[in-house]
Amino acid sequence: MMERPSRISIKPMITPINVVLGIILAIGCVLTVLRFTGGLSVVTNLDDNNPWGIWIGFDLLCGVALAAGGYTTSSACYIFGLKRYHSAVRPAILTAFLGYALVVLALHYDVGRPWRLPFPIFWQQGTTSLLFEVGLCVFLYLTVLFVEFTPAAFEWLGFPKLREKIVKLTILLTILGVVLSTLHQSSLGALYTIVPSKLHPLWYSGYLPVYFFISSMFAGLSMVLFEGSLAHKYMHDKMDETHLRESEGIVLGFGKAASFIMAGYVAIKVIGLSVDNNWHYLFTGYGAWFLLELIGFVALPAFVYAIGVREKNIRLIQRTAVWTVLGIILNRFNISLIAFNWHLPSAERYFPGWMEIAVSLFIVAIGIVIYRFVTTHMPILYEHPDYRSDH
Amino acid sequence: MGISRRKFLGWFGGLSATAATAASTAIAGGNHHFEGHPDTMGVLHDINRCIGCRKCEEACNTVNELPKPEKPFDDLSVLDQKRRTHADVYTVVNQFKIGNEKKHVHVKKQCNHCMEPACASACFVKAFKKMPNGSVVYDESVCVGCRYCMIACPFNIPAYEYDNAFSPKVTKCTLCYPRVQKGLLPGCVEACPKEALIYGNRKELIKIARERINKHPDQYIDHIYGEHEMGGTSWLYISGTPFSEIGMREDLGVTSAPELTSGPLSAVPIVVGLWPVLLTGIYAISKRKDKVAEEEKAEAVKAAENAADEEMKKQIAKIKQDAAKDKEAAIKREVKNALDEAAKEAEEKAKAAAELTETADAAPEKKEDE
Ligand code: SF4
Ligand code: SF4
Ligand code: SF4
Repeated sequence: MMERPSRISIKPMITPINVVLGIILAIGCVLTVLRFTGGLSVVTNLDDNNPWGIWIGFDLLCGVALAAGGYTTSSACYIFGLKRYHSAVRPAILTAFLGYALVVLALHYDVGRPWRLPFPIFWQQGTTSLLFEVGLCVFLYLTVLFVEFTPAAFEWLGFPKLREKIVKLTILLTILGVVLSTLHQSSLGALYTIVPSKLHPLWYSGYLPVYFFISSMFAGLSMVLFEGSLAHKYMHDKMDETHLRESEGIVLGFGKAASFIMAGYVAIKVIGLSVDNNWHYLFTGYGAWFLLELIGFVALPAFVYAIGVREKNIRLIQRTAVWTVLGIILNRFNISLIAFNWHLPSAERYFPGWMEIAVSLFIVAIGIVIYRFVTTHMPILYEHPDYRSDH
Repeated sequence: MGISRRKFLGWFGGLSATAATAASTAIAGGNHHFEGHPDTMGVLHDINRCIGCRKCEEACNTVNELPKPEKPFDDLSVLDQKRRTHADVYTVVNQFKIGNEKKHVHVKKQCNHCMEPACASACFVKAFKKMPNGSVVYDESVCVGCRYCMIACPFNIPAYEYDNAFSPKVTKCTLCYPRVQKGLLPGCVEACPKEALIYGNRKELIKIARERINKHPDQYIDHIYGEHEMGGTSWLYISGTPFSEIGMREDLGVTSAPELTSGPLSAVPIVVGLWPVLLTGIYAISKRKDKVAEEEKAEAVKAAENAADEEMKKQIAKIKQDAAKDKEAAIKREVKNALDEAAKEAEEKAKAAAELTETADAAPEKKEDE
C-alpha cells in the first residue's frame, strides 16, 4: 500500500455529497431513537390492513434483488469460468455483502421485536413458512458473503495465511451462494403466493418465485453495471489497470447477458398471463400499469441493452442499467404495495410517511459511507500488489 | 482452488442430506392435505338473527380484559362506519344497508379460526397453533413481529400493537380458548340475546345450518360461508343477503393457505439437491476447458522452444564456424605478421651487416688519420 500513495488520497471532506449524506445520517439517528422508543406507529404509516410498507417493499425486496450481483458475478467468473470478469467479482461481493447486511439492519427497524430475529432460526422453526426459508437463507448467505469478502480484508490487514485458506474455498462458497440465492430470491416472490385474494391477478401467479428469481439475475447484473459506472466516476483513482482494462469487456458481457435474461423473463411473464388467462385485465387501469412495467421497464431496456452491446456503446449500456434497476424497483413496489390490497378503498390504502422514506434513505446512506471506506482502504477495485492474480 | 474434488463433493453430500431432511419436515407441515381436527368446535353465526346490539362486542371486551373504547358499547352510532378488528378490538359488528328497502343487516366479524390457518402456516416461528378444539391460538412469547401473519390472513383479522415499542403483540380473537378450557361458553356467544351465535361441534353446526337453509329456502341463501372457504373455517355463517354485499369476500376460493405455498416449498429439496450437482458439473467442464487450453498453451510454448533450439544450434554452429574462420584468419595473420617481421628483421640485419662492413672498411683509414 505504501508504494501506492494515490490510493489513499484524501479528498476534500466538505463536498455536496458529503453534506447530503451527513444530513441524512443525522436525521436517521433521530428517527432511530423515535422508532425504538415510541414504536412503529410514531414513524410509519403502517396499519392493520397494511402491515408491510416500504421497509419491506424497498429495503427487503429491492435490497435483496439488487444485491444479486454477488452470486451472478461470482458464478460467472468461478463456475462458468469467465475469468475475464474477475476484476468485477470483488466489488460485486462487497456490494452484495453490504446490501444483505443493510437488509438485515432494515429488518431490525421493521419487525416489532428485533432482538428476537434469531428465534426462527435457533429457537422454533416455522418450516411451513416461506418467510422462514427467506430468513434462513438470508442468514446463511450473509455468512457466506462475509467469508467470501474476508480475503480482501485479510490482504488489507496483512494475514496471508488466513487469506490463503479462504481463497481455497472459493468454489465451494460460490456454489453455496448460488444455491442459497436461488432459494431466497425465489421465496421472496413465493411469500406472496399465500395471498391470491389480496394481490392483483396480473401480478399474482403461481410462478411468482420463478419471476423473482429470474428478475434477480438481471437486477444483479444491472446493479453491477450501474455501480461500476458510479465507481468509475468517483473512485477512478482507486482502480488498477486490470480493472480499467477489463471493465469494458465486463460492461459488454453483462449487458448482453442481461438483455437475454430479460427477454426470457418477458416471455415467461406472457406465458404466466396466458396460463391464468388474465388478458382481460390488461384493458383496465391496472393493466396499463402492468404493461408499463413489463414493456416500458423490461422489454424496452432489454432491447436497448442489445443495441448498446451491438454498437459497443458503453454509456448507453450503463444508462440502460439504471433504467433496468428502476424497473426492478417498480416491480417490487407493485407487488408489495401498489397491486397489494388493490381491492381496498383508497382511504384504507397505504402511502409511506416521510419518516419511513427517511429511514430507508438513512440505510442507503450508511451503505454508501461503508462502501467508500472499504474501497478506499481495502484492495477491492485493484489487486493487492502482494497477491496479484493468484486468486 | 486447492480443495480436492472428493472432499468438495463430500461436503456437498452432507449439505444436501441435511437440506433434504429439513425440506421433508417442511413438507410434512406444508405439502400434504391436512383435513383439520375432526372434532373441532366452532360457532355458527346466523346473520338473519343479528340485531346489531353490540352485546357481543362488549362481552368480548370484558372477558379479554381489553381497554374500554371511547364510545360506550350501547352507542349504536358506531355502526355507521365500517370497522375492522384492531389491537384492542377482537370483534366488531358491522351494519349494511341493503338496497333501498332500508333493511339493515348486521354481521359480526372476528377471527374465523380456519381449519388450515393461513396465519399459522405463514408464521416463521410457529407462534400460531390450531388447537384440537378449533381455536387458533397465538403465543406472544416467541413472536418476532414480522406481521407476515397479517399479510397472509385472507380475512384481514390479526391486528398489531404498532404503538407499543417494547413488547408489541399480534392480537385476535382466541375463540375464548381460556374460557372454553374452563368449560365456559365464549363471551360473545354467551352474551348474544338473539342466539345469533351458537357454539358447538363444527359438524353439528353444519347440520343445523343446512337444516335452517332447507327449512326456509326463502330466507337463506344456499351457502354456508366457512364450510369450504380457504379450506374451511371453524366459524360458519348463514345469511339471507348475498355475502359479497355484506363485506364477506366470496372470491377466496377453497384452496387452503398451506396448499397455496406447498409448490414453492417442495421446490426446496430440488434446488438443494440439483443445483450443486449441476454447478459442479459446469465448473468441472469449464475447468477442464481451462486445463485443455492450458495444455495446448504449454504445448505451443514447447514447440516454440524447440523451434528456438534449432535456431540456436544453427547459430552456434555458425558462430563456431565464424570463430574458426576468424581463428584461421588470425593465425594466418599472425604467421604472416611473423614472417613479415622475420623478413624485416633479416633485412635489417643484412642492412646492418652491410653497414658494419662499410664502417669496418673505413675504419683503418680513420686509424691512419690519428
Ligand atoms: S381468520 Fe385469519 S387470523 Fe383467524 S385463523 Fe384464519 S388466517 Fe388466522
Ligand atoms: S408477527 Fe409474530 S405471529 Fe405473526 S408471523 Fe410474525 S412472528 Fe409469527
Ligand atoms: S370468541 Fe371470545 S375472543 Fe372471540 S370474539 Fe367471542 S368473546 Fe371475543
